[in-house]
Parts: sequence; C-alpha cells; structure tokens
Amino acid sequence: MAQHQVHHEVDAHTGVPTTGHEWDGIRELNTPLPRWWLGIFYATIVWSVGYWVVYPAWPLITGATQGVIGYASRIEIAKDLALLQQHRATQSSGLAEASLAQIKADPSLFRIAMAQGKAAFGDNCAACHGVGGAGSKGYPNLNDDDWLWGGTLDQIHLTLQHGVRVAGNNDTRVSQMPAFGKDGLLKPAEIRAVANHVRELAGLPTEASADLTKGRELFATNCAACHGDAGKGNKELGAPNLTDAISLYGMDLASLTETIANSRAGVMPAWGPRLDATTVKALTIYVHSLGGGQ
Amino acid sequence: MASQETDLGDLPLFAATKKVYPQSVSGPYRRAKWIILALCLGVYYLLPFLRWDRGPNLPDQAVLLDIANARFYFFFIEIWPQEVYYFTGLLILAAFILFMMNAVAGRVWCGYLCPQTVWTDLFLVVERFFEGDRRERIKLDEGPWTPNKIWRKSAKHFVWLMIAWWTGGAWVLYFADAPTLVRDLATLQAPFTAYAFIAILTFTTYALAGIMREQVCNYMCPWPRIQAALTDDDALNVTYRYDRGDPRVSLRQAERLRAKNEPAGDCIDCRQCVAVCPTGIDIRDGAQLDCIQCGLCIDACDNVMEKISRPKGLIGYDTDDNVKRRIAGEKPVYNPLRLRTMIYAALILLVGGAMVYQLATRRTVELSVLHDRAPLFVLLSDGSIRNAYTIRILNKRPDERPVALRVHGVPGLRIEAVGVTATADLRPIVSVPPDTSREVRVLVTVPADVHVNPTQTITFTASDLFAGEVVTVQDHFIAP
Repeated sequence: MAQHQVHHEVDAHTGVPTTGHEWDGIRELNTPLPRWWLGIFYATIVWSVGYWVVYPAWPLITGATQGVIGYASRIEIAKDLALLQQHRATQSSGLAEASLAQIKADPSLFRIAMAQGKAAFGDNCAACHGVGGAGSKGYPNLNDDDWLWGGTLDQIHLTLQHGVRVAGNNDTRVSQMPAFGKDGLLKPAEIRAVANHVRELAGLPTEASADLTKGRELFATNCAACHGDAGKGNKELGAPNLTDAISLYGMDLASLTETIANSRAGVMPAWGPRLDATTVKALTIYVHSLGGGQ
Repeated sequence: MASQETDLGDLPLFAATKKVYPQSVSGPYRRAKWIILALCLGVYYLLPFLRWDRGPNLPDQAVLLDIANARFYFFFIEIWPQEVYYFTGLLILAAFILFMMNAVAGRVWCGYLCPQTVWTDLFLVVERFFEGDRRERIKLDEGPWTPNKIWRKSAKHFVWLMIAWWTGGAWVLYFADAPTLVRDLATLQAPFTAYAFIAILTFTTYALAGIMREQVCNYMCPWPRIQAALTDDDALNVTYRYDRGDPRVSLRQAERLRAKNEPAGDCIDCRQCVAVCPTGIDIRDGAQLDCIQCGLCIDACDNVMEKISRPKGLIGYDTDDNVKRRIAGEKPVYNPLRLRTMIYAALILLVGGAMVYQLATRRTVELSVLHDRAPLFVLLSDGSIRNAYTIRILNKRPDERPVALRVHGVPGLRIEAVGVTATADLRPIVSVPPDTSREVRVLVTVPADVHVNPTQTITFTASDLFAGEVVTVQDHFIAP
C-alpha cells in the first residue's frame, strides 16, 4: 500500500502552506496555533474526563452515576436551607422574646418581622386573601380599616393563632348567624323587608314597594342583638358593621337576600398549630401594617 | 496568483515558539517609555495607600472598591451600585480615547501604556540584569547548564516571581483598607480570597510578562485585529521610509554608489531595528499585526544614522501614503485634524461632558416610589379611597438625615408612613441612617367627598430637613 502523502501548496505571495481547502479560488492558509495553546486545549479535554468521575454524569436506566465525591445539587440546597434556618433562628430569637408592641416600636425587629411576615403571608395566606391581602368576595380585604374580629395587634394575633370557626379549637373566633330563610325563621317577604332596611341603614336606595317599617321591626327583633340597633356591628361577635362602605358579601339586594336566607359562615384555619410562634407574630405585624391596623 | 507545489507531508499542528531576545536601546522613545513605566507602576503600587478624609462613618482610602458594602470610592466620589453607569461611561470614554489615539498615532496604547507592555518592559530589565543583553542571553540559552547559567536563570525567575507577587498583592489592596490588609496579610489573618487573588495574579503576571510576552499581543489580544480594521491612511504609524532606505547596501558600497551618482539607500541592513524589537519583527516589511509600535526601532535606527552621519528619521512616525508621495516628488501631508479625529474628539467631549454634568448635579437624597400591585386601591369604611406605596429613600451622605414626605396632586390628600410616628404639619418625617437607604410603606388617602379619576397623577416630594435638598417623583393614584 502506498504511503499516505498529502501535497500541500505553498502560497506564493506569503510563503505560507495552505490547508488544501479552496472556495471559489480562495485558498485557506495554514496558520498553526502556538504549541502552548494546543497543549492547553488537549489538557482541557483530558480534564473534562475528570467530571465524569467526580460528579454525577452518566444517565443509567434507573438513575445516574453518582460521582466519587458524593456531590448532588439537592444536597447543596438542603445545606443552604439548613443554613437559612440557622440564620433565621438567630434573627427571629429577638421576635420570640419581644411583645408585639415592642416589635412594632423597634425599627430593626419591625424590619425582620415585616420580611418574615411578608414571606409567610405569600406562602400561607395569599391563597384566600390574595397577594397583598387584597381579599375578594367572602375573603376580607386586610388593607382596609373594617375588621370583623378587631384590628389591634392582639386581636389580629388571636384570630391568626386560633382561626375562625375552627372545629375543636376552644379559643377560635366563633359566631353563627341564623339562616333565616332556610330554617324557616322568616318568610321570603319578610326577608325582602329586612334586606331593604339594611340598605336603608347603609344609606343605599331601597325598593319603592318595600315595607321599611316592617323591615325595621324585624331587624330590631332578629338582627339587632348582634348587629346593634343602628347596624353598627359588634367585633366581639364578629358581627359586621352594616352601615359602612365596606361589605364582605355584597350589599346588593340579591346578595343580601341570600345572606339573610342562608347565612354566611366564613372559615379561616388556626395557624397556631401549623406555624411556629415567631412566624405567627411576624404575620400579625405584617397584616397590621398593611394599612388597617388599629 | 501563482503558487508553487511543495511536498510538506502532513501539516504541522502547532507553530513552535520563536524566542525573542530584545536588545537594550537608548533614545527619546525609550526615555518616554521609562517615564511612563515609572508613572504607571508608581500609581498602581502606591495608590491604595493614599488617604482621603470622608468623615467618621466612611473609609479614608482614596481609591477603594468596597465589595462587602457595595460602594466604590474614588477621591471625592462615592458610587453606589445603581450608579454603575458611571463605569459604563468610563468604558465608553476609554474606547473613544483608544480610537482617537489610534487615529492620530496608531497603537500608542500598545506601545507605551498597555499593562502587558509595561510589565514586560519591567521583566526585561530584570532579565538583562541577570543574563545580560541580547547576545549574552542568546549565548547563555545555547550553552550548557553550568552553575553560572543555573544561578542566573533561577535568580531571574525568583525576582520575576517577587514582582509578580507584589503585583497581585497591590491588586487586593484596592478592595480593602490597604494598611490593615498589609498587616493582616503579613500575619496570615487576611481572608482566603485575598490570598487566592494574590496567587492568581502572581501566576498571570509571571506567565504573561515573563514567559508569554509578545504572544499575548499576537494570539490573545483582540485589539490588534480591531485596530487594523479601524485605522486609516492618515493615521501615523511607525514606518520604515523605503523611499529613503532602499536599495539597502553596505555603508562602503553606498559611498561608492553615491560617488558614481547611482541610487543608494540609507539603510545599511544593520538589523538593529530587528534586534531591539520586543515582538521580534522586521519593521522594514511594512505595517504588520505583530508590531506594537513602541518606537524602539526608531531609537535604534536614529542611533545608527547618527553614527554614519546620515539624517535621522529613516524609521519614524509616518504614513505609507507619505512615503509614496515622496517617491513621486510630492510633499508629505499630515492630517491630524480630519473628520475622523474631530468626530472622536467630539464624542469624547460629549461623553465626558455628560458624565461631569451628571456627577455635578448628582443628588445625595434619592426617592423611589413603587405603587402596590395588589390591591391597587382600598375602599375604607367611611368611603374614602386609599392607595399604598413602597417608598425607598436613599441617603448618600455620611450622616443621618430626617426626610419629610409630602404628596400633592389631588385636593385633600393625606399621607402617612407605616411605622413612622414623627410628623411635622401632617407630613411624616422619615429618619434615614447614614450612607444607606430606608424603605417605608406609605398610605395615601383621598377623602370620600373628593372626586378622583380612575387614574390620577400625584407627586411625591422628599425634602431633606438639614441640607434642604428636595426630590420629587411622580406616580399614580388609582381609584375605582
């Protein structure tokens, strides 16, 4: 067999050999790389093989090669999380010891509580109350100044700790408005009269045909015990103020009729058993700071 | 184009390094390079130790890149991370200055100012000190490994490593208080990062300035390629004037030829220009990628011309066009003031001016306002409407400042800051700690009886109660 011999042209103009590649009469000069560069290039190729050995690399049928140093990105995350917990523990030890009023008064504790509260709110509360506590129908807006169970730090903390209408929790916020229609306490015409009277209390227009006198009487006998004669509500009982501009379930006649007929009983979980004490404190501070805190 | 066929077998995979032995030379260009070298190295090594008093709360180092606290100090300037555009401005300015130098006199940067050139020059001084000049070095390299050779070589490498070490050492001093760090480094108390960076820079300095030298310029640096694309026919370059130099003949033959009135060039082919060249090229081959235009061949040639009593300037800063003009019997033309240089100068003035203006009108109090995304507005029980904003106030001064917040744009607007109890005339007074920022949640309320459009522009004003600085930011008030 003939020995492999390649004939390379030397470019006459520069005296540099060509690679033999040619495009439309343009020939490529062979300008070789320096030896050190080529050496480093080969060294990096050899080096890359090391990754196969050291790190998890090759996919297998039920897993992958693990690598000799036992590295895994999941382990790194677990380490980072442990570090975070440790970091938080030192930061939130201040929160654990201070009272809610002290936290609110101390700028550095307040900052930590706000940061922690904001994160916890996103994780636990935003599903119902919305991002930023904006609320929606049936889920209170936490930014406004209208509170069912009170908007002071301690009242918010109690609500968070024990929830609203949580079965089996002795300290939970609990009250029950009767379902006047469903339970046959009021007839449909009476419910209509009461609904119109509630609109009258709130300063909203009423139906021309409504019997407001009857509504007033029915309200006084059936509703005033909790909502008060003037409909101003009672935070002890979670009875909403019916006269202000804010309502949880709507003040239109249809919504009011449904509320009176079938009652409403929103439920909120008790966070005390689910979250640690400092997180509940931080949530209290955060919710209080949203704008409605009293 | 004709080409010759040669049997080379397989092509080489690599080009073996051709070692360059630059010879020492003296002259005005060499002197200029020494002065620039001393200035550059002096600034580099000593600048971290320069002090600059900024008051009790701030570091007193004139130039400091404080990574941990995210601040950059440069004499009277203190840059915050969000002002990083000053660096962008500096880089743009640097690029235009580089282009300008290139348009006026070629690779001035490469030949005189580039750290690669400066440190290579420094390393060559050490090399000459231990191994002698060009001839001695070639001889030493060719000779056997005698104790003398071993001593000279190892002494050279030792001093190189020392210089490289100091280079890395000075680098880290820009990132921490220099005197403290020097003490910590010496007592092994400094952070690991400091030692790691010193090690990295020791290695790179030693490798780049000691071993790789001209290969850095030829293979690694992109500027020679960019420069070749940017240059024009009017830019001065280190040029061999072949109109004067060719035909190259010996001194004696030149005299004979001149006596017979026949043409004889001034170049006597002494190859001094090649011997002194730090990249080992022959300038007489014309402009080339490897030429860093350091001007040392000009010094070498002028020295020879002086000895043989011919006019200086056979190699000098000139253009190829001028060489051709001389051959054609025309006068050389120099155009330092041409459209290109004027545009560069204008751009430098524009960018520099914009930066100076920005710096001069820079505020020490800044305000940023971010409207809550959810909820966009809140209806309160009395029917008034409230919007919430997250406000961040920056205090770039070294002392704590009370800042009063105000808002206007809608009649009857009320403003309160959550967690801030201090007020003056119903305006919350936010106290911002020195050289930092403070975030506060701000609630803005419109009374129920005031009509507001669904979106209304309102203006926030932050007034520094001490210095009287006032900043305003516009945002929106959103209503149902």
